[in-house]
Formats: sequence, C-alpha cells, structure tokens
Amino acid sequence: MNEKRPSSEILPTSTCLTPSEVSATPFKPDTGRSHVTGRNHSAILWRHLVQKGMFGLFRVAVLINGLALIIVLAFLLINGAGAINWTFLTEAPRDSMTKGGILPCIVGTFLLSFGAMLVAFPWGAASAIYLHEYANPGPAVRIIRMGINNLAGVPSVVFGLFGLAFFVTWLKLGVSILAGVLTLGALVLPVIIGTAEEALRAVPATYREASLALGASKWQTVYRVVLPAAFPGMLTGSILGISRAAGETAAIMFTAAVFFTPRMPSSLFDPVMALPYHIYVLATAGTEIEATRPLQYGTALVLIALVFGMNLIAIIYRARLQRRR
Amino acid sequence: MILDRQRKEKAIRFVFFLSASVSILVLSLIVVFLFMEGLPIFGKLSVTRFLFGHDWYPTSDPPDFGIFPLLAASVAVTASSAVVAIPLGVMTALYLAEIASPTVRQIVKPIVELLAALPSVVIGFFGMVVVAPFLQKSFNIPTGLNLFNASLMLAFMSVPTITSISEDAIYSVPGELKEASLALGATHWETILRVIIPASLSGLSTAIILGMSRAIGETMVVLMVAGGAALVPSSLFDPVRPMPASIAAEMAEAPFRSDHYHALFAIGVVLFLFTLLFNLIADYIAQKHKQVGAATL
Repeated sequence: MNEKRPSSEILPTSTCLTPSEVSATPFKPDTGRSHVTGRNHSAILWRHLVQKGMFGLFRVAVLINGLALIIVLAFLLINGAGAINWTFLTEAPRDSMTKGGILPCIVGTFLLSFGAMLVAFPWGAASAIYLHEYANPGPAVRIIRMGINNLAGVPSVVFGLFGLAFFVTWLKLGVSILAGVLTLGALVLPVIIGTAEEALRAVPATYREASLALGASKWQTVYRVVLPAAFPGMLTGSILGISRAAGETAAIMFTAAVFFTPRMPSSLFDPVMALPYHIYVLATAGTEIEATRPLQYGTALVLIALVFGMNLIAIIYRARLQRRR
Repeated sequence: MILDRQRKEKAIRFVFFLSASVSILVLSLIVVFLFMEGLPIFGKLSVTRFLFGHDWYPTSDPPDFGIFPLLAASVAVTASSAVVAIPLGVMTALYLAEIASPTVRQIVKPIVELLAALPSVVIGFFGMVVVAPFLQKSFNIPTGLNLFNASLMLAFMSVPTITSISEDAIYSVPGELKEASLALGATHWETILRVIIPASLSGLSTAIILGMSRAIGETMVVLMVAGGAALVPSSLFDPVRPMPASIAAEMAEAPFRSDHYHALFAIGVVLFLFTLLFNLIADYIAQKHKQVGAATL
C-alpha cells in the first residue's frame, strides 16, 4: 500500500530545472544567467500555485459532497424530529392517512427487505464462491460476470415491470409480499455477489493451501476453512443489501406496495404498505399534501434512520474486520 | 473411495456453477418478459412512430404513443446531470486516492458511501420540498419542479458511483509511473494530470458511463422532481417527463394488457436497452484497455 502511494513529502520543493525547461533554455555563458534563474523561480512558483489551486478545487468538490449529505440530513432531522413520537411509531394511519402513525409501513419494509435478503443471500454467496473458488478463467465465467454487471445496471423501475409481468401476472402471485420479496431479491443479487466475492478475496491464499496440503478436498477447504473466515465479510455485504432493498421504491410500486391496507399482513400473499412508497404517496398523491408534511418528514426520517443505521453498522463492522487482519 | 470423493467434488462444483448462473437466468427472464409485454404495441404502430412520435397522449381517444418527448427528457436530464456529476465525482476520487491523508480518508469515504445509500425517494422528497421552492423563488420561474432540479438531484445520485469506481481505477495505476514522473521534477498536480489521469482513463470512463447509466434509469427522483410535462424540453427550466417517470406514474392507471400497458412496457424495453448499451460499452472499455501493470503503457 505504502509503496504505491508515495506521500507528498517526496514532492520536489527545491528549485531544480525540469527537463522541458532545460531544453527550452538556450545555453548562454556569462550573460543572462540571473535572468534565466529568475524566470525559473517564477515558473516554479506558478506551477506550485496551479497545484494549490487545483487541489483547492478538489477540496471544494469533497466539501460539496459532505455539505449535500449534511444539509439533507439536517433538514430531515429538524423537520422530522417533531413528528416522531411513540404513537407515530406504533399506530396505523387514520383519517385517510392524514393522522396516526406508520407502523404498517415499518413492518412492511422490514418484511420486504429481510425477505429479499433471505432470497438473495444463498444465491449470491454461492455465485461468489463459484466465481472466486471454483471457476477457471474462460468464456463461461466471462459471460456470468457480464450477466451480473448488466443485472446491476438494470433500472429499478424495469425490475418493477419485470416483477409485475413475471411474479405478479405470470406466476399469479398477485400484488403481494412474496412478489415484492422476489423482485427485490433479484435487484440486490449483484450487490450481494460483489460484497461476498470481496470477502472471499480477503481470505489469505495460505489458508487454502494449508488445508489442501493436509489432504482436505476442495469442498472441505471451502466449507471448513474459507467460509468461516469470509462469513463476517459476507454478512456485512448482506446488511448493505438489506438497506438497499429497504429504500427501494420503484421496484415495489407494482409488485408489493399499496397506498393503504386496513390490517397487518397475515400471509405472504397479502400486499403491504412500505416506508418509501408511503413517502411518495403522501408527498404527491395525498388529498392534503401540505397538511401531511409533518407525517412525510417523519416517515422520511424513520426510513433514513433505518437505512443509515444499517450502513453504519456495516461500515464500522468492516473497519473492525480490517483492523483485525 | 478416492474416485467417490472426486465424483462428489465434481457434483458440488456443478451445483455452484448452477447457482452462479442464476444471474444470467434472471437477466434472461427480464428480457423475455419485458419483450413479451412490450412488443404487442408494435402491432398497433410502427417502431419509428413509437420512438419519434412527438405526442404522448396515452389516455385520449384515439391515443397517441410517441415517446420522443420522454426520450428527449431522459437524455437531457442525464446529460445535464453529467455536467455536474463528472467533475464532482472524479475530483472527489482524485482527492481520496491522491491527496487525502489516511485520517481524512476515513472520514470522507463513509460520507460518499452514505451519500450512495440515500434512498432515491428521500432525495426526490428533498428536491420537492426544499430545492423546488428555492429555485422558484430565486430564478423567478413558474415551477421549481423542472429539468434543472431533476438533473441536480440525479447528479448527487451518480456522484458516489463515479467516485468509488474512479477511485479504484486511480489506485490501480502502477506506483512506478507516478514515482518516475515525480522524479523528473513534475509537481504532484502535473503528475496527476499527465500521468495518473491518462493511465487510469479506461477506468474513469467506465465509472462515468456507469454513473450515467444509473442516472438515466433512476425513477423516483425524476418522478417527483422533474415536473411531469410530456414535452420536448427547450430550456433548462422546463418541466419534463423522463421515461422512468412515465412508467412509474402511469402503470397504476393503465388497464391491464391495454395498449397503454403495452406501451409502458415498450418504454421499459427502451430504457433497458439504453442501460444495457451503457453497461456493454463500460464492459468493453474495461476489457479492451485493462490496466494490468507498468509494462502495458
């Protein structure tokens, strides 16, 4: 790591000539020497000024990113904190969704995102194990990787259309938790594969070699040595997958989510309410958009807290894993 | 016994191969079902009329299914978000990979990751209730829900994608190249501009293409913020209706298997082909100009 990124101490700070300046300077003995060095001083000064300016721009870019995040968060916190209380979190919406809480949405989002993970994790982990542990480079692997990359690039609304055509209509699941879970599972699959593969890559090759040298078969090595070492990393990836699924709206609009259900879901074939869709509905299609603003802020804050909470857990957990290594 | 073991190993390997193929299976199912539900519209009107027709009136009688305004809106929104997102994303990546000290990196990196984790509906909501009134007031325009607002919000969604892929590309530039440049007396910035950026150009292009692909497919932001008028935009402050917004807004009211329903699926096909194209280009660049080591340059 260190050898690849020499620190800025190595930067040339002395006033030496660069090759271009050497060749551009005609050799004139005695006369004009002081003039040449003077020009070089200002040229070097200029070059360092340019560097200062550009690096300043870089910092501004980073600052803009940070500010954007802080502004969005602060705005939601300031406006949403007032809306959140015990009844908001534990009651169902009342009076055509202008009052009451968001409990059904929280439950729905939990069901959908964890369900998606249950569907996608085994396939994702197995795909990663194949790609990293078993596969030899060749056309098959190349096609699989292209498939994964392209799947990752499919827009979420197209996943929604696919879910509607395949799960809801063709498999006759209807607008239901199951259809939503399967659609979201397909959507997070590439995320899981990517993070699981990264976790496998972090397992030192010596582990595998030691196991194989002891006479263990490939599968025994994978199952007893590689997987236990890589599992925490895979878990981190699946947390990120859950958080991705929890915030997803377009994919569940046609497959699982509804404006309003009077009761909690009792089976996998019931439709549900979900936090992201609830925000969208209240903010754009409600009867009293302005009057329900506090509810909208509150719902958005709960969603953000959920998503960021999971992301922070993943980030911290990953940092700890890396430190242990 | 050893033979038995070998057979078992082969079987296990095959099982893993099958599970790895599930992505391909899902992708093929997506293609099959999109086309199955989208193609029937072309029995009613030609592909060129669908793509280049200027009138999108799906519910009038007789209906008109020309998606050119939606297509133009998608392209306009994506292009203008690129103008913001590319410099921002690449500069952030350069900062992270080249300039930031490890401590600063540990702070900035999670910020970018959290930015990527922001649910799109929340960004759309923010654009609706904060950015739109602000734009309306400060530019004195009829509505703040317009192309400009949408591209701004989209830019912040594609910056994390661009940043993280660019950063990987910059890291994989061989250290020798950089050291050689510094040893010749170039400043750090000159090294970045003349050595590191050219050497990681394929990775940077991949990052930018994937960022744009994310922007063109993003739904909730354009649904909530773009304004929703199916007109070919003539200025930055026109309200527009990009393709994903049309699908999301109209699917609920389109009668099952009606022309409108099929037309929306056909828009989905167009959208899918766009992102597929973007991804294939990115893949091609990444394969063709693979960054391997110092010797390849």
